[in-house]
Parts: sequence; C-alpha cells; structure tokens
Amino acid sequence: MWQSFVDLTHQLIPWFNGSLADILIIVIKGLALIFPLIIMMAYMTYAERKVIGFMQLRIGPNRVGPFGLLQPFADVFKMLFKEVIFPSKSNIYLFLLAPILAFVPAVAVWAVVPLGEDFYIANIDVSLLYVMAIGSVGVYGIVLAGWASNSKYPLLGALRSTALLISYELVIGFVLVTVVMVASSVNLNTVVESQSGGILNWYWIPLFPMMIVFWIGALVETNRAPFDVVEGESEIVGGTHVEYSGMPFALFFMAEYFNMIFMAMLAVLMFFGGWHSPFEGIPFLEGLFGFVPDLIWLLIKMSFFLFLYFWIRASFPRFRYDQIMRLCWKVFLPLTIVWIFVVALMTQLGIGPWF
Amino acid sequence: MKKKLKKLVNDFSLGELRTGLKVTSKEFVNKKITVQFPEERTPISPRFRGLHALRRYPNGEERCIACKLCEAVCPANAITIDSEMREDGTRRTTQYDIDLFKCIFCGFCEEACPVDAIVETHIFDYAFESREGSIIDKKALLEIGDKNESAISKAKEEDSKYR
Repeated sequence: MWQSFVDLTHQLIPWFNGSLADILIIVIKGLALIFPLIIMMAYMTYAERKVIGFMQLRIGPNRVGPFGLLQPFADVFKMLFKEVIFPSKSNIYLFLLAPILAFVPAVAVWAVVPLGEDFYIANIDVSLLYVMAIGSVGVYGIVLAGWASNSKYPLLGALRSTALLISYELVIGFVLVTVVMVASSVNLNTVVESQSGGILNWYWIPLFPMMIVFWIGALVETNRAPFDVVEGESEIVGGTHVEYSGMPFALFFMAEYFNMIFMAMLAVLMFFGGWHSPFEGIPFLEGLFGFVPDLIWLLIKMSFFLFLYFWIRASFPRFRYDQIMRLCWKVFLPLTIVWIFVVALMTQLGIGPWF
Repeated sequence: MKKKLKKLVNDFSLGELRTGLKVTSKEFVNKKITVQFPEERTPISPRFRGLHALRRYPNGEERCIACKLCEAVCPANAITIDSEMREDGTRRTTQYDIDLFKCIFCGFCEEACPVDAIVETHIFDYAFESREGSIIDKKALLEIGDKNESAISKAKEEDSKYR
C-alpha cells in the first residue's frame, strides 16, 4: 500500500527523489498515521461519554451538532483557549517537559504497528521489544508531572503510578512472552501472520487466560477505571493532572487515549489475529466477506476492545490501591509464570494447537 | 468442600465481574429516562410553590388590600409592605417587595392572604444578574401575575377541591 503511494509520488514529480524525498515521505507517513489517530481519539471521548451515559440510563452529549457529534471539537477549542497556569513554586521546564514525555512515547509506539498486510511505517524485527521499551517511557511523563507540580496530590498520584506501572509491566511482559513463544517471533508482523487461518487459529483460544490477564494489565497500564488510582478523583482530586490546565493537560489526556487505543490494538495483534479476517478458511463466508479490507477488520476488532474499556469503566468501582498490588503480585504473576512453563513445555514437545 | 470448589470456580471464571457487565449491558439497551429540560419538562403538581406573583380581579383592580398578613406570617421576613390611602378611600400598597434570597418558598403568604392576591406560580427557572436583582417589587410582581393569570387560575382551580 505504501509502496504504491511512494511510486505514485515519484511518477508525479520526476525530480522528487534522493534523501530529501525520503525524509518527506517519512514525514507524510507519520502525519498520515497521526491525524487519523487524533480524530479517533477525539471521537473516542465522544463514544466514551455516550456509552457510559447509555449504561447509566442517560443519553450523553447531544447539544453540539446532530447527536452531539461536534462535541469533541467544542472540547478541543475550549482546551485551546484556556489559560495555562504554572504553579508559582514549580520547575517550569520540568512542568512542561512532563506532558511532552507522556505524549511522545504514546505516539511513537504506533510506528511499528502493522495496520494491514504490508501496511506499516516500520517493520523492525524486535518490534514487540520496541513497544515494551517505548511504552515504559510514558511513565516518566506521569512521574515528572507529579514531581514538577510541587503539590501533594500530584505527588501521591505519581508515586502510585510508578509502583503500579512497574508491577504490571512485569505481568504484561510475561504475557507477551507466552505469545512470543507460541509465535516464535518478536516481530509484530510475524506474530500476526502466524495467526492466519480464521478465528479458530487466533491465539485467544490457546492462550485464553493470558488474554484475560493481558487485558486487565492493559487497564492498569493505561490508568483506566477500575484501576485509575493515579487520577482517583474521589481520593486525590485528579492525581498528576491537578496542576495542569489548557494544552498541557490536553496532551496528558491525548496520551492516555492514544495509549488506550494502542493497548486495544496490541490485544488485537497478540490475541485476535490482527488484520486477519475471522472467516479465513471457512468456505462460504470467506468469499462473502472477501471484499472487506484488512484494515477494516483490524478497526472492528479494535473498536470492540475500546468498547470494553468503556463497558468496564461503567460497571466496576475503583480498586483499592493495595488490592491492585495484591492482584498483581499474588495472583497474576504466579499465574503467568506457571503458564509460561506450560506453554514452553507444550511448544517444545509439540503438543497443542500451535507448532 | 463443594461450596469452596464452587467459589473457586466462580472466582477464577470472573463470575462477579460477569454479573456486573451483564447489568450494564442490559441498561445499555434500555430506554433512557433523561428529560431534555428546556424542551421537555417533568409534570408539576398544582400545589407547586415557585416564583411569587400578585393577582388582579378580572376588572383589572389589584387584589391586595395591604392587610399585611403575609408580612406578619412570613417566617423568613422576606416581605416588606408599605401602604397608603388611595383617592377613592381604599387602602392599597405603595410598596410590596419580596427578597427572593430570604424567601424559603413555604407558601404561608399564599395561605394567609384573605383575597388570594399573593400566590406562588409554577415558574422555577428564573435568574437575576445582580445581588439587588433578588428583590422583586410590586410592579414586577403584578407583571408576573398578569402574564401568568391563566396558568395561576387553572392551578388554583385544580387544587381547590382538596382544600
């Protein structure tokens, strides 16, 4: 898909080649990914408010535009025109660096996501490691925000998030290890390709418990309800966001939603066959749904997981902090370690539905 | 033992979480109960006590005779009345102020009034833009009464059979 686009630009503008062209194409690729992401993020806030509203017997935003569809833009303009307030005793450089540090990794992880067959920005062999590494950097944004605000609630939120994310990164790492062992690759493209052949060949069936653990870990990693102790409105006001306003706050907000979309995407890539159609290999349905592009399949599956985020948020009360920690160290960690051994044995001895 | 095993299975299959999700998913498709306020309104009892109004007789004469019963009965001292003799020899108010910040909307003034002059209407969505705006004078009260006379008399009629 990209290649045809690059060829087309070369044909249209003959003198357009060399290193400048390469750089420009990279920039265009990046923008072509980031803009849809931003739109998606904006409408995710709308969808979230609608879904949660519906689940609470309300109807959600419906004043701006038909069905409130322009609500995200109203929010964006409100954010843009708000004053950015700096706490007088804070370190202004760290204070501004924090949202950037939170936002940049959230976008950067998208570079290696395979959006379709041969449709990605970068295809690196260790893309899963890249994802884990870059994803962890995002924590610095939150920690720095808590520290730079020079205020007690942000600091509490930052401390909570550090401990939380470090613990759950371990769990998610272990879960991904099982997938990597089954797929025998750390390249996201290969992981997805190895799940070809219909809904029964996706990893969610053989690795079902791991999928559940992964999803709960993803909720924690993205600081979403019921694990949103970092923000914890009822306990620590707004956690790390307390002192932020205007665009710096919007950056945190966007980072959170980008991370949510990414975690949903990762769940799809790891356990739900990425861009593969669920009807592959089924005689009649495969032809019937043959016209659907693989990107659409990916987005449909991803939307389900995003819906799950909202669904869970509307259903469960917030966990107490020590309960989250206990869940991590006493339940998930032993569970994943045992499962790693099981999967390792089964892959080595050639038992089970994978080879 | 069997009970313990059952609990274990339920815990590890996330039984309680599934119940929670089931509840919310059921509500998700249920009919919504939101009332779109400015366009839709919830039904109001004829006894509802909202913004005050001074009524007139059908011939245009104001009902209030400045007996000051409302002023006396008002538990919040929200009503201030001053009166004078008019040219035709009847006693009428020259000042009739209600401080809406003081008023507790108990409806005693309405009960006390021997001529049904002061009433509380069904208007509840009003606002004022300054602190002084909270005091509404005789002219404004009569205006509210003139504007909503039909609604007021209808509500009184509906409620009269229970009095």
